[in-house]
Amino acid sequence: MKAAVIVFPGSNCDRDIAVSLETAMGAPPAMVWHGDADIPKVDLIVVPGGFSYGDYLRSGAMAAHSPVMGEVKARADKGVPVLGICNGFQILTECGLLPGILMRNASLKFICRDVYLRVESNDSLFTSAYGKDDVIRIPMAHHDGNYFSDEATIERLEDNGQVAFRYCDETGAITTDANPNGSLRNIAGIYNETKTVLGMMPHPERLAETLLGGTDGRPMFDGLVEALG
Amino acid sequence: MSAITPEIVAEHGFTKAEYAEVLSILGREPNITELGIFSVMWSEHCSYKSSKKWLKTLPTEAKWVICGPGENAGVIDIGDNQAVIFKMESHNHPSFIEPYQGAATGVGGILRDVFTMGARPIANMNALRFGAPDHPKTRHLVSGVVAGVGGYGNCIGVPTVGGECQFHPSYNGNNLVNAMTVGLAPADRIFYSAATGIGNPVVYVGSKTGRDGIHGATMASAEFDDASDEKRPTVQVGDPFTEKLLLEACLELMATETIVAIQDMGAAGLTSSSFEMASKGGTGIEMNLDKVPVRETGMTPYEILLSESQERMLIVLKPGCEETARAIFDKWELDFAIVGKLTDSGRMVLTMHGEIAADLPIAPLVAASPEYDRPWVETPKRAELAPSEVAAPADISAALKAILGSPNHASRRWIWEQYDHMVMGDTVQRPGGDAAIVRVHGTSKGLAITSDCNPRYCFADPETGGAQAVAEAWRNLIACGAKPLAITDNMNFGNPERPEIMGQFVGAIKGMGAACKALDFPVVSGNVSLYNETNGEGILPTPVIGGVGLIDDLDHQAVPAFTKPQEAIILIGETRGWLGVSAYLEVIENREDGAPPPIDLAIERRNGDFVRNLIAAGRIKTCHDLSDGGLGLGLTEMAIAGGIGAIVSPPENLDIPLHAWLFGEDQSRYLLTTDEPETILSQAATAEVPAMVIGTTGGDTLTVGSAIAISLSELTKTHEAWFPAYMAAPDEN
Repeated sequence: MKAAVIVFPGSNCDRDIAVSLETAMGAPPAMVWHGDADIPKVDLIVVPGGFSYGDYLRSGAMAAHSPVMGEVKARADKGVPVLGICNGFQILTECGLLPGILMRNASLKFICRDVYLRVESNDSLFTSAYGKDDVIRIPMAHHDGNYFSDEATIERLEDNGQVAFRYCDETGAITTDANPNGSLRNIAGIYNETKTVLGMMPHPERLAETLLGGTDGRPMFDGLVEALG
Repeated sequence: MSAITPEIVAEHGFTKAEYAEVLSILGREPNITELGIFSVMWSEHCSYKSSKKWLKTLPTEAKWVICGPGENAGVIDIGDNQAVIFKMESHNHPSFIEPYQGAATGVGGILRDVFTMGARPIANMNALRFGAPDHPKTRHLVSGVVAGVGGYGNCIGVPTVGGECQFHPSYNGNNLVNAMTVGLAPADRIFYSAATGIGNPVVYVGSKTGRDGIHGATMASAEFDDASDEKRPTVQVGDPFTEKLLLEACLELMATETIVAIQDMGAAGLTSSSFEMASKGGTGIEMNLDKVPVRETGMTPYEILLSESQERMLIVLKPGCEETARAIFDKWELDFAIVGKLTDSGRMVLTMHGEIAADLPIAPLVAASPEYDRPWVETPKRAELAPSEVAAPADISAALKAILGSPNHASRRWIWEQYDHMVMGDTVQRPGGDAAIVRVHGTSKGLAITSDCNPRYCFADPETGGAQAVAEAWRNLIACGAKPLAITDNMNFGNPERPEIMGQFVGAIKGMGAACKALDFPVVSGNVSLYNETNGEGILPTPVIGGVGLIDDLDHQAVPAFTKPQEAIILIGETRGWLGVSAYLEVIENREDGAPPPIDLAIERRNGDFVRNLIAAGRIKTCHDLSDGGLGLGLTEMAIAGGIGAIVSPPENLDIPLHAWLFGEDQSRYLLTTDEPETILSQAATAEVPAMVIGTTGGDTLTVGSAIAISLSELTKTHEAWFPAYMAAPDEN
């Protein structure tokens, strides 16, 4: 597998995801600067977390119009898998690759802590190494992760199995208390219709190593390598 | 140019004698721009005029110290051609007036101090002190300061891995915001600020200069009164996004061979940075202020020079490197302007609109900055408080829960969950423990980082309190298995013109110096914040110690949490039941009297070295130092953190009351757990380290003799409840 990580001014999880990818792939991903419209031929594109363009205006709004995102969209349309984490998820919604929006957390505060996620399906490139309904512990760290969409969109997402992860409690129960940011139906991550684009607020790259407190994020990267060769 | 009247001189904070010195240096009257420059350069904040004499007495050397105080930050060697660069700095006055921006720019400023020396920042910490929880301003200040610290650190992508937060009425009119940054650099690529090489270009990079923060340094050098809110315009506004770009651009530039010297523009902005660089290099500077990127029209030389706009750096480049450097800053879309050059005149000559705006001799201005030997009186010793003088609580379980859930001892989760403490992917021990640990990227080494001070101890006895603050920082590093290397100090005090305040400062320095020496734990950087007073009421003396230690192998670290059931719990150190100025007195008796626990530095060292050797040898995995709240609170914290209870039995021959045994704050103590207690006890005996088994881990209840049996879930609930409930309560005003 070959991967590229898009780097915007203000990205700050680009190195973290590169480390996780390199650990899984055995070789470092290409780091692509936002001003470059050229992305090398890769099997996976990652839009990392951070505060692209300072998240001024609205989280992800400016990055969505960056030159490089035109190429990301074109590749995604051709079926190249795209993973957006945190700010990356916000950018993918802002540029229309994924439906809905990420609003300010219901508490109005930035929240950084481990949360439990239920794997809603394992029939995607990103989740094939998990079991369906697995409960995984993954850190979140965001101010704007409160997922929302209109009623028709959410129904369509549910009907198509496009909900990738939901916030849950330790036992996998989807409860209001387990919802850290007010997201509609506890949604933590969603796919596009073909399940080749995944956006998620929590950071699987942050718990992919025992020394850092857990490895529940690791199967995502191992699964991608397995699926994409 | 308006004449300099005595009123203008007074507004700039000069004493008569200081102004006479200005006239003597210049041989003429200064113009208003020059007066402004003198004012900020000689402000307490920039010149350390009240504190210098005493700061010089602190130990600053060890074989691992690469650069001690005097540069932007301290530098220590951690082997493998790696250096750690760190410093703590206050942003107290601005954070009281405008908490979000004051705190945010405090973080921004300390980050720049560290990356200007060539380091990539890898961890932030902060030490916060607020007024009484029931003071009408406190909640607003906590909320704003925490949001500001988080807003800046989260965006720039440096993890905020820990810190401290305390409440006390003495901070009602002056909260303290002390921010610390730790960075990592190649040991052979440290950048300094001495401007050398006549003719070399002087370059301004980063944000544009605006009218914000003018006279910030002067504000930080005076007391507050009821009109202090009017000083809001002197608070700077932070832009962490620009700082992120500046950080990456500077590190990219530092990887080239283009830089002679570099310095961030912090307090007193362009003035302070240019004077310091030229002074250190023994050169002069000519600058054309028309070239300075400005964000407002019509700015005067005075405003440009005294602005404290954030995210700016001044760089002296090697000749011919201008275009290489410019290309890097263009890539990061930051301003880059050649504003002047170094000269051999020894003078700072500033021009604007074709006229000379200021022409000042550098060395005399810097060298003649005032240094005072302010009168001081020693803080009177307090009477010791015997354990028998503190009544037993009606219900000792209730007392434990009261301390555990009190404002100063409740969980700080509400704060640190607002900080991204995991970005950069190297946070090994997260906030909430004794020290935070971050891995040295790409290695199995770790840095332990802590921040400590007990201001109530320092008020009761500055010398013991100062020593204790250093020792506690050292102990926190030991407890996680690190070799303590060096400290940064952030000295927060009241008005030094009052002899009793100056006496607190002198006492604290003496105590700190003694502890640094005994523990081989030198001061490599620091900051002084005086005049933390409002309407004549000073804060508690608060010398905050930021400590850094090295863990050679992260496989051998300890956590302050019970990790296994059925392990023996060993108490290291001697327990006499010292309750003077304790958390127990504060919470249960609502008193702050008595003397603080004495500290024997030789014993501190012996106990600490013993514990660290056990951890470094991989023999113990669980360790916690005892401080506020003593054994009782220490045990409870370990049980909560590990989700494992314990059964503890007080010694059968206990000759002090149980509440003194449980809540006494005797120094130099640790708790650890082990499955080989006999071996450890016998080794302790050989090393002359007091050690005793006090109980066993296990179960879901914390039991102490027949006096206490509280479930873990209740302890956890009690510990976690106070902060969120307090912050969620509606404001009274």
